[in-house]
Amino acid sequence: MSILDTATPRTARSLMARLDPRTRVILALLFALATVAIDEITALAAALGVALTLAVLARLPLGATMRRMLGLEGFMLAVLVLLPVTVPGRPVAELFGLVVSAEGLARAVAIALKANAVAVALLALVGSMEIVALGRALARLGAPERLVHLLLFTVRYIEVLEREYRRLRLAMRARAFRPTTSLHCWRSLGYLFGMLMVRSLERAERIDAAMRCRGFTGRFHALDGDDDGGRGGAPGALDWGVGAATVTVVALAGLI
Amino acid sequence: MAHIPDGVLSTPVLLAGAVVSAAGVAFGLRRLDPVRVPRVAVLSAVLFIASLVHLPAGPASVHLLLNGLAGIVLGSAAFPAMLVALLLQAVLFGFGGVVVLGVNTMDMAVPALAAGMVFRLAWTGGDPRRAAVLGAVAGGGAVLLTAVMVGGVLAASGREFATAARVVVLTHLPVMAVEAVFTAAAVALLARVKPEMLTSGAARPA
Repeated sequence: MSILDTATPRTARSLMARLDPRTRVILALLFALATVAIDEITALAAALGVALTLAVLARLPLGATMRRMLGLEGFMLAVLVLLPVTVPGRPVAELFGLVVSAEGLARAVAIALKANAVAVALLALVGSMEIVALGRALARLGAPERLVHLLLFTVRYIEVLEREYRRLRLAMRARAFRPTTSLHCWRSLGYLFGMLMVRSLERAERIDAAMRCRGFTGRFHALDGDDDGGRGGAPGALDWGVGAATVTVVALAGLI
Repeated sequence: MAHIPDGVLSTPVLLAGAVVSAAGVAFGLRRLDPVRVPRVAVLSAVLFIASLVHLPAGPASVHLLLNGLAGIVLGSAAFPAMLVALLLQAVLFGFGGVVVLGVNTMDMAVPALAAGMVFRLAWTGGDPRRAAVLGAVAGGGAVLLTAVMVGGVLAASGREFATAARVVVLTHLPVMAVEAVFTAAAVALLARVKPEMLTSGAARPA
């Protein structure tokens, strides 16, 4: 198992997996833009509901998704906790001499709903596909080729180098290294990653030589070609259906 | 890494971040020689793995940002590399968001470029101990600048975030200390073993 194995084989046959990767990327982008633009709490709750439905459709593991939702970073928790006392407005309670305002509470709830709705929808729509598929979808949607190459190479090397990192950490453990709060620990890990960079760069130089030997000039041809089994890269009926439904929902939401 | 999720920042701040990052990524990609992409990718993969490691710091543990080190070894490719790393973190782990991607990239990559430039101006080869001291300054300084920028974009989004902005900077101080030591060690090793990695960025041939 690698840290990148989020696209488990179980999701391979889900409804989500039958959608064209490009549809999923566009949908995720639209969902994020719409959710960020909303301010009504009930609408945001509905957005989170949509995101959770998408997660079910993508067959994301429920427990892991929940943990990720709650796993906001420490400083964001501070931001949310501070809002009720820093936004001026109608006081609803007093804690330790600080006035908690209704407006502040509403603001904090709105932010928590938005952040989680977008994060869950992104995991469901994009996180559940293979990164290679994501790269290809981005390239076909017009992302710069070099950026897509960088993404694909980076993903590939993360997998390879993480294994190498674990080997080096095991070697350190065999020599009685334990992570502690000490200069020695921080410095040793700095050396470890410095070494990993040297080794991996030398590996990249060898790969570069081998690829040039086979005529690589900085372009991959698989990115432009269609290798999805004769569908010719054309979106299927499901994609058109989802697209039409999305346009309708957005138009209705705009009218209301 | 410093991930602001979606829904916090105001529209002007989001737009400004998107514009700065688009310009930075475009510039970085133009300067990136296509056959050097694998080199940039292995280094950003190492940095990505390193940023997931918990380092003990007192009762808690910290994650490193490593944008100072990224600026030193990647040079102008730091902008696209940071965008890729943040995109992966958002898509795989649900950290950060979609609409804030521009701001988050800017907060990480601008300090990275600054750290890289300062380092290369002050070290052109030679004494590895000098490289280590400069690495500490670049590594710690980049974290501080990122924290100040994260605080800044929060404060610019609304006066109610002013207190939170200060909390952000304070919580990054321990990260800064750990990161300074870590970067100093990594840079010292590179200066001894492969100094050409420090004098020219990975994006272009020396």
